[in-house]
Amino acid sequence: MVLKTEPFMLNIGPVHPSTHGVFRMRATLDGEVIVDIEPVFGYLHRGIEKLAEERTYTGIIPLTDRLDYLASMSNNLAYVLSVEKLAKIQVPERAEYLRVIMAELQRIASHLIAVGAFLNDCGAFFTPFLYMFREREKIVDLFEMVSGQRLLYNYMRIGGLSQDIPDEFLPALDKFIQQMPGFIDEYDRLLAENELLLARAKGVGILPKEMAIDICASGPVLRASGVQWDIRKVDPYSIYDRFEFDIPIGSAGDCYDRYRVRIEEMRQSLRIIKQAMEQIPPGEIRAKVLHLVRPPIGEAYAHIEAPKGELGFYLVSDNSIAPYRCHIRAPSLINLTALREMMIGWKVQDAIIIFGSIDITMGEVDR
Amino acid sequence: MTVSLSGSEVAKQIAERFPEVVSEASDQAVVVKSESLFEVTEYLKSNPGFDFDYLNYIAAVDYYDYFELVYQMTSREHNHSLILKTRCCDRDKPTVPSVVSLWRGADFQEREIYDLMGITFEGHPNLKRIVLWEGFEGYPLRKDYL
Amino acid sequence: MAIANLGLNTLEHLAALPPDWPGGFWWHWLVFTVIIIAFVLTLVMGLIWIERRGMGRMQARLGPNRVGPFGLLQPVADAIKVLLKEDIIPARGDKIVHWLAPVIAFFPTLMIFAVVPFGNGALLADLNVGILYVIAISSVSTVGIFMAGWGSNNKYSLLGAMRNVAAVVSYEVPLVLSIVGVVLIAGSLSMNQIVLAQNIPFILLQPLGFLIFFIGGCAEINRSPFDLFEADSELVAGFHTEYSGMKFAMFYLTEYAEALALSAIITTLFLSGWRGPILAPWLWFVIKTIAVFFVMVWTRTTLPRIRIDQLMALAWKFLFPLAVINLFITAIEVLAWPEALPWTMILVNFAIMAVLVLLWSKFFMLGWGRVAV
Repeated sequence: MVLKTEPFMLNIGPVHPSTHGVFRMRATLDGEVIVDIEPVFGYLHRGIEKLAEERTYTGIIPLTDRLDYLASMSNNLAYVLSVEKLAKIQVPERAEYLRVIMAELQRIASHLIAVGAFLNDCGAFFTPFLYMFREREKIVDLFEMVSGQRLLYNYMRIGGLSQDIPDEFLPALDKFIQQMPGFIDEYDRLLAENELLLARAKGVGILPKEMAIDICASGPVLRASGVQWDIRKVDPYSIYDRFEFDIPIGSAGDCYDRYRVRIEEMRQSLRIIKQAMEQIPPGEIRAKVLHLVRPPIGEAYAHIEAPKGELGFYLVSDNSIAPYRCHIRAPSLINLTALREMMIGWKVQDAIIIFGSIDITMGEVDR
Repeated sequence: MTVSLSGSEVAKQIAERFPEVVSEASDQAVVVKSESLFEVTEYLKSNPGFDFDYLNYIAAVDYYDYFELVYQMTSREHNHSLILKTRCCDRDKPTVPSVVSLWRGADFQEREIYDLMGITFEGHPNLKRIVLWEGFEGYPLRKDYL
Repeated sequence: MAIANLGLNTLEHLAALPPDWPGGFWWHWLVFTVIIIAFVLTLVMGLIWIERRGMGRMQARLGPNRVGPFGLLQPVADAIKVLLKEDIIPARGDKIVHWLAPVIAFFPTLMIFAVVPFGNGALLADLNVGILYVIAISSVSTVGIFMAGWGSNNKYSLLGAMRNVAAVVSYEVPLVLSIVGVVLIAGSLSMNQIVLAQNIPFILLQPLGFLIFFIGGCAEINRSPFDLFEADSELVAGFHTEYSGMKFAMFYLTEYAEALALSAIITTLFLSGWRGPILAPWLWFVIKTIAVFFVMVWTRTTLPRIRIDQLMALAWKFLFPLAVINLFITAIEVLAWPEALPWTMILVNFAIMAVLVLLWSKFFMLGWGRVAV
């Protein structure tokens, strides 16, 4: 006698302890197995693109903070690079070096949260999460030294930075760089060969290479699937071509590879910061630009390798103090395209892990 | 460095293949007619000289007379990129062919443009509102919304 | 059995308590009921404190440290807070089932302590089928948990409750089999007799049995790494999502009381219960119980969670065969070499355990991965 079963619909989210932000997944379950899943978002839509048409070019910088609120420096950087490309502004050397240092520190902070939250979803009840937050506190202290803020920094300006670093910044940064590799090794020692993590994450949520390119994924998601594509190497912006660093590539495209790619990227970021620290020249930190910038008529697109992927701003200018159109290429939104294929056939618990390993921030997805 | 291909050069090659399709070509971008968007993008993706297998973004801009859609695509193998534009002049029901079957990454982006600008994409499998709720009236990102 | 006799007899100074101490059946029952309830409630508070403070220190943060010295009154504060909360009942849930569920979940756990010896003969009822009673009673609280999942009218709760039932039923089998090994060596099902027979603690003579019992027990009582039934990150709070106020307090109490019961049983079966030099017997019992619980807190803080199908695979494909093999080997040892020197047996058992665990885990696949849909 065949057992009669019926799939039922379960709503995961939007308010849920572990969807990272307000994200809803309408899952059709057959027992524990996911038969179909539909992502629903838009709960955090604030209309940033429309708001940007009303604000001056400098006034948009705080808005960009709130896109990927866990990686504010990167958002700022992408935006000001785009405006500088549009208005053909040359940034002084010191500002370029400081921007690189801030962006790489931000990458480490963002990956710490990503890995911590991923392990929290795996069930390791906050222990790795708290260890990684301990390190993130040190980075956030450094950022507070330069910008006065702990989360939404609003630090970069068109043509450079808003203020110079205080004297105690570089010694504190040096101390951080000395300590951090030891901590990353500690995480690896506890987690990399952990049987339970391997059982939960290896082979789970595979994103094949062809599919990753087809959905135009970017960032650690793309690189964990085996594609060698990092914007810092293929299309270097700012002064990244002066630094030596490697790009970690995964092979299988499963959750475990994404986790490992992020840990390795943290190590490479430390390398870049070390080289940048040795080479910082003295000088100005801001080009002579009006606060109310009026770029000539035209359009420009600049992209950076943000912690989550390729973040880009497409700006159209009509020679006024506000952009005519500001479009944001959000990596988290595009990385989510294959969510359904990655999750079908797995169980509810795996769905949470897969979602956590893609590492999205709702501020970016919804804008 | 990713080389940005010159629009005029690419326009010549497109015109050889599809006559009467290119409306404008400048150094920055190629503008094609909206009806032939799918053929042109398919040609650009499959032609081994171009090989554009990665779509960076789709943006929609509202210039009061017409809507302009901007597609930037990159080739991983040759490391060059191209900006392709298309215009649709109909204000009430603007329609453009969808490129989802070429690059699946266009899925959510086209839905968002439909949601916020009101441009319909023919051939999109699931054209629903994405960031605003079902039943929302109007298209907020248009210049005449507020 | 000579196999369990090291030659040291630490029992001369302790007289056994007669079964109707202090004066007749009803006085004995009353005194021990009060002792058990006081013991469970106080020690549960103590365990909650150990868990929160211990977990906090292991996670590089302080645990609770404001309420009372070292935060010792934190569980009391939690209890008061929870009693004062509003009792929310889901409107379309089954009200009677919803109300009865915490009761049915909690009381069997309390009843387990009726046969746990605090000293020589110091237990409520020295049943001669003590350990069988424990196993039977501990399964009843699963019914309570399933009722909680059903009466909440919530898909998440139902998912959590069903996972729980599946897991508890599966883990009963290796659990019982590992206990039979102990029973074979001790020669009796009565808990008091088992303690009296442990001149060497049975953890040394039955290392594989101890391991299986510990893992199976943790799975039965929803402790990490098997806490997927109330996994915060997946099911909000599993079967007790819709509970608040005193009913939630009962579930919380049940969780820690079950942990206490498991620690007490492990102490009795494997760590020689209340036996030990110098200190009073009940003090040894408490110390050993707390030590076992500390190991459980340690594993909770360190390990991630496993998935439901991996959990079932672990029970049926890993623990169950190992428990059966353990039973056979113990039976062979008891029958064939009753006069063997205990230290040889200890070494032999440890070697067998190491070989079996390592070999079996090589050939063992955890769960079945992606299902074709």
